[in-house]
Amino acid sequence: MLIYLRKRIISSALPLAVVIVGVFALARMTGNPASLYLPLNATQQMRDDFTARNGLDQPLLVQMADYFGGVLKLDFGQSLRTGQDAAAMALRAFPATLQLAATTMVLAVVLALLVGCWAALKPNGVADRISSFISMAAASIPDFWLAIVGIWVFAITLGWLPTSGVSGAGAWVLPIATLLLRPFGVLVQIVRGSMVSALSEPYIKLARSRGAGELRVVTHHALRNAAAPALTVAGDLTVGLVNGAVVVETIFGWPGIGKLMIDSILQRDFAVLQAAVLLTAVAIFALNILIDMGYALLDARVRPVTAKA
Amino acid sequence: MKTAAQTVLPGKTRAQDVVLSVRDLAVDIRTYRGTVRAVNGVDFEARAGETLALLGESGCGKSMTAKALAGIMDPVCDLAGGEIVLNGTDLAALTPKERLKFAGPELGIVFQDALTALNPVYTVGTQLGEAFRIHQGLSAREAKVQAIELMKRVGIPEPESRVNSYPHQFSGGMRQRILIAMAVALNPRLLIADEPTTALDVTVQAQIMQLLRKLREEGQMAVVLITHDLAVVAEEADSVAVMYAGNVVESGPVSQVFSDPRHPYTKGLLESVPVHVERGAHLKSIAGSPPELHDIPSGCVYQSRCPLVQEICRAERPRLLPVNGSATNNHSETLPPRPGRAAACHFSEELNNA
Amino acid sequence: MKTSLNEPAAPDQVAAAGQPQSVKEQPVRDKKDGNLNLLRLLLKDRFATVSALLLMVIGLTALIGPALMGDLATKQNLLFANKAPFSLAYGWEYFLGSDSLGRSMLARLVVASRTTFSVALPAVAVALVIGSLWGVWAGYHRGWRENVSMRIADVIMSFPSLLLAVVVLYVFSPSAGNIVLILALTRIPIYLRTARAESAELQSRTFVDAARTFGARPNAIIGRHVIPVVLPTLLTLATLEFCYVMLAESSLSFLGIGIQPPDVSWGLMVSQGRQYLQTAWWLSIFPGVAIVLTTIAANVLAAWLRIATDPAQRWRLALPRKRLIARIPVKEAKP
Repeated sequence: MLIYLRKRIISSALPLAVVIVGVFALARMTGNPASLYLPLNATQQMRDDFTARNGLDQPLLVQMADYFGGVLKLDFGQSLRTGQDAAAMALRAFPATLQLAATTMVLAVVLALLVGCWAALKPNGVADRISSFISMAAASIPDFWLAIVGIWVFAITLGWLPTSGVSGAGAWVLPIATLLLRPFGVLVQIVRGSMVSALSEPYIKLARSRGAGELRVVTHHALRNAAAPALTVAGDLTVGLVNGAVVVETIFGWPGIGKLMIDSILQRDFAVLQAAVLLTAVAIFALNILIDMGYALLDARVRPVTAKA
Repeated sequence: MKTAAQTVLPGKTRAQDVVLSVRDLAVDIRTYRGTVRAVNGVDFEARAGETLALLGESGCGKSMTAKALAGIMDPVCDLAGGEIVLNGTDLAALTPKERLKFAGPELGIVFQDALTALNPVYTVGTQLGEAFRIHQGLSAREAKVQAIELMKRVGIPEPESRVNSYPHQFSGGMRQRILIAMAVALNPRLLIADEPTTALDVTVQAQIMQLLRKLREEGQMAVVLITHDLAVVAEEADSVAVMYAGNVVESGPVSQVFSDPRHPYTKGLLESVPVHVERGAHLKSIAGSPPELHDIPSGCVYQSRCPLVQEICRAERPRLLPVNGSATNNHSETLPPRPGRAAACHFSEELNNA
Repeated sequence: MKTSLNEPAAPDQVAAAGQPQSVKEQPVRDKKDGNLNLLRLLLKDRFATVSALLLMVIGLTALIGPALMGDLATKQNLLFANKAPFSLAYGWEYFLGSDSLGRSMLARLVVASRTTFSVALPAVAVALVIGSLWGVWAGYHRGWRENVSMRIADVIMSFPSLLLAVVVLYVFSPSAGNIVLILALTRIPIYLRTARAESAELQSRTFVDAARTFGARPNAIIGRHVIPVVLPTLLTLATLEFCYVMLAESSLSFLGIGIQPPDVSWGLMVSQGRQYLQTAWWLSIFPGVAIVLTTIAANVLAAWLRIATDPAQRWRLALPRKRLIARIPVKEAKP
């Protein structure tokens, strides 16, 4: 198990490194922040000073070396906007997003398992038709539009929920509902699909021939086989959740990492952007490792042979 | 664990108990072109301690029959009629839920491909023990003890350590043994073996057949053996039902059917076996191929390939009727009715002269 | 289930099966029959039929609509500003209401449909072609080519696509061409992974080995034996991806880094209408409805396509009408 884990960590670390380098390079290409932060009538001297003070006049490789040195010391420099420590800003925004994302994913998985199994039990039955249409609609509705419809209906027309902010339980409803849409829609299809194919496997027939009832067949035999594909997809969905978080946090003014990233990009605040992206990448990386471990627990075939066979 | 079956006198000196009696079984398949009948009016009986072979080409409905018996048909298939009487209970009349009580203690099934028939994510011990947990309410620990017992019974070495292995860690022959162990776990009266040796190599085939024979004798089970292999039928079965295009075309004790076939299809099958063929001589075969299920002719199902086809064969489908035991014997009239010979051919009496 | 569902031959034909012409005829008949079957299957599924029709109507609108209504979409008429929808009092062009400049919503939606399609379709096409060819190639050759390709796919996939788009489009100007490129880039791994998996499985099959023993070159084998088998899966995937790309373009436009005014796309219209949500809800809601209708139609069609092109799953389409299907009279001789 440990060998397996080490292998997975090494192979997942490469994307992490590329992401860090890539973001660094791309962020540097967005233009010189001097033109953004200094007044329009700033002299060339002021511009040069500003560039030198922030190390922007060094060759790109030197900047990158500095950057990596900083990453190792968890030092991303200071925010150009606020002058605060960039890592601290990212860390402060992170919990808000994590709470949102975790609640959403737990809800999505539970709902998808329930609805997906229900639909798989009677392929092409009424339940299947309804649920696949709902999930299809869920995967087809743009999240920003759903958020706006939600605001229009529940905040403006009915006045039940606040339009934005983080105060009170009511403020959680719309962001989570919006964010839930896509992972739920995708997961329910995956669960249903893999349940249907698991249920048509010969080993299910054999379990029935042993006298296993419908409930036992579903919970014992099919679900565990169907859980593995759902788990792999959950990894991709978490990456996608960052997409959703950017939109949702922008619309609802949620002070999370997505909003922080968008703001940093718009303001060309390299240090904060890098800290935020690195934090996100590490979180995704850690999650992928967890998912791999879960996968190995579920299905012995991906485990390397440890005992004598 | 000795069951009531053991009280039956061993040996074959008297008529054995009929364990399974299938009458007029019909199975429909729904396709997007409409409904077709895959199994049409199949009759046969299986007796305790004996093996009945269902013999036929692929697609003739023998596997469908097996699945109908076990109640594990694909969702597009419907039981369209007939009875499946197992120890006095008509399984066909039960609801799927009532049927679960019979699945395991009364009836076990062995599939062809052991790799797909075993759940890859559970240890074999878990899967072997499941029947005990469902039907006898044993705990996981007790079920594991039973699983080890079962593995011993079917000849798997080191059962105590192998019980925690996963299916992919076993060889094909061992997997097939596990599958058989699962089927006989609760000492069923009836064991259905659906081409149990097709996926194995020859030496392992022989071992598996030997194991099935041993288990059959120990438990006085009735075995329904589904196969396309004439040699297996000749060696293992007591009686045989030959299927063609969803119909039983001939049935009876193996020795009689094989020595004196009364249906041109059976005859054709037997003649296609290269036994005493000269080197360089052409091997015999049956020309043509079986009809598509959509397109089974209204008369005799075999009419398109039959060398003896007449007008009546196209007009009227022959019923499966008793034929006398052996026309070559001089005292043919006095043969007892059991085990009955039957054939579905208008010219079954003429066939041995043909 | 080993039921063969081929062309049913007439009884007398079976008897004459040895004759050469009936044997020759068979494959031609089967092929024609296959296409017919797909259409017949489509018509059997009401949802899929409606979706296909809807997509055709929207596609035609995007194709010829702007030519007819282009002027109308930019014509400002302050007398008719912020008119509510569902009223014919101001003429048919204001049936879906008007914006704060008195421009017809209907005409703007029609014009925006072309922008939306002209970003989504090329993006899907580029990603499909590059990703599929790359994936099939990597899967066929296995080894380091496969490993490197998969690592690249992992890297792209492990980065939130919207963020990548945001960064790239901020570096380069957010023109339609750049949006197409960035969307294609982020979606290539999807096809790459699928095509690789299928191709890696296929290249170990006997028919590919057979082709190899004949001395066929890798590219010829890929073209003749691998791609035709993988293609239905990839096309189904592309239908699904069309939805994703459309949603992504809308999101970018909504965030202000996609299509830029005076061009207009559905996503941009939602964004522009957002500030009028209290007074003129239709400005944001209608473009969203247009997006949703299109993506749902494509999704339904993709789901249907996935089943219909998979011989092992096709029977499911026949399943729902358990009672309705006209039973083929079973010819039987009841004893």
